[in-house]
Amino acid sequence: MAASRNISVSEASRPKLPRHARLKFDETRQVWVILAPERVLAPDEIAVEVLQLCDGVRSVSEMVDQLAVKYAAPREAIATDVVAMLQDLADKGFLTEVREKTS
Amino acid sequence: MSDILAENKTIAAAPSDGLAVLESQRSTAETFGIPLAVLAELTHRCPLQCPYCSNPIELDRGGSELTTGEWKKVLSELAEIGVLQIHFSGGEPTARKDLAELVQHATDVGLYSNLITSAVLLTREKLSALADAGLCHVQISFQGNEPEVADRVAGLKNAHERKIEAAKWTRELDLPLTVNAVMHRQNLHQLADIIQMAVDLDADRLEVANVQYYGWALKNRAALMPTIEQIDETSRIVEEAAVRLKGILAIDYVVPDYYALRPKKCMGGWGRQFFNISPAGKVLPCHAAESITGLEFESVRSNHSIAWIWQNSEAFNRYRGTGWMKEPCKSCEFREIDFGGCRCQAFALTGDAGNTDPACTLSPMHEQIFKQAELEAAAHQDRFLYRNFAGGTLETEGEHGA
Repeated sequence: MAASRNISVSEASRPKLPRHARLKFDETRQVWVILAPERVLAPDEIAVEVLQLCDGVRSVSEMVDQLAVKYAAPREAIATDVVAMLQDLADKGFLTEVREKTS
Repeated sequence: MSDILAENKTIAAAPSDGLAVLESQRSTAETFGIPLAVLAELTHRCPLQCPYCSNPIELDRGGSELTTGEWKKVLSELAEIGVLQIHFSGGEPTARKDLAELVQHATDVGLYSNLITSAVLLTREKLSALADAGLCHVQISFQGNEPEVADRVAGLKNAHERKIEAAKWTRELDLPLTVNAVMHRQNLHQLADIIQMAVDLDADRLEVANVQYYGWALKNRAALMPTIEQIDETSRIVEEAAVRLKGILAIDYVVPDYYALRPKKCMGGWGRQFFNISPAGKVLPCHAAESITGLEFESVRSNHSIAWIWQNSEAFNRYRGTGWMKEPCKSCEFREIDFGGCRCQAFALTGDAGNTDPACTLSPMHEQIFKQAELEAAAHQDRFLYRNFAGGTLETEGEHGA
């Protein structure tokens, strides 16, 4: 299996959206949405920005660095927020983590 | 924006339920914003004969089904007007030879696609083709946790075994899986094992859905109605499992209305956030709506657009909002919470779809249906009437439909 479940998000995590959760811009309603089975979530613009960085390659630590520079904000505060947000999504099953391939 | 981020406000409160958010913007109940998700019943043909089938008693024949071209046009139109998700259902949607083509088209027009299937017609190759076409999610129905009960309920030999196999292929292809378990008196004793089965199958999600009594299920109510003790036990098992399996298996629980105190907010309110399209192309407020006689439903084959039908057709407007209500709904403080419950159930049990759903304790009929449920549950009339195009076939002694 390529992805694992029940993940614990840390700065070392390399999260990505699982196949069943799609981030999409809804043209009709002019809002970002996460499409999932039987659900549509409406992430706010900051969540969207973080989720767009979740490509399974970038670590949470790298995302935080990037956001800290972009918003000239304290790294520690951003890290706390980002990890909490991603963990919340992971608990709901809308975030997964790429496992190290052994090959 | 940097302030918001630094102040730890918005992120922690991040994604909430999209419907509430979207409705607070422009997709409000008052303006009947286009639904986020639509159910496409591609066909009523199905190799299973489940006695609680949600399809109408009068099934659409194969010859009346929308063509591939018609469905593609529907999918394009849905995406264009703002629908985000499409559920391919039936009958058995994989009985359509053009399913992969339709999934591909949904993907091409930007729809999130979900397959709601009995899985018995799937092969690994077919499923793989659907995955390649962009299918986002697979939901497989299970009738029990082992073949004896499951195959009898489904009315098909080896159905359970094939479902297990298809569920494994689903996960091997890295498609997310929901196990849908329809529960009733004759399989509720397997619930704990069904939950474990879903975990073992590496499902992402489990729907524990108590049978809802319209159409075929209403005809089979005496054979399906659980006892109140079973319902109490069910709630206990589901609650315990939901806590124990947090982060491993998400569990959605549909409670049985006959034993409820408040009616369910059926379909989120009539014509408010959901519609489905029948195999022959009728646009319906819910999959059971055709059971209400005296309502005319428009077709996608008519000259009207789907958006027009949604907003203007008589059938959608008849029970929309709260203006149609009589007492006790009319002055009820919950009228915009549950919208009077289910119109189809009100029709089936009282003969008038404009009455309060008898599932509600405020309905003058509530006491009566509660007692009837208890009586039927205790009577042990266990024979099924199997669902088919011939109006149903009664289960025979020692020889089940399976």
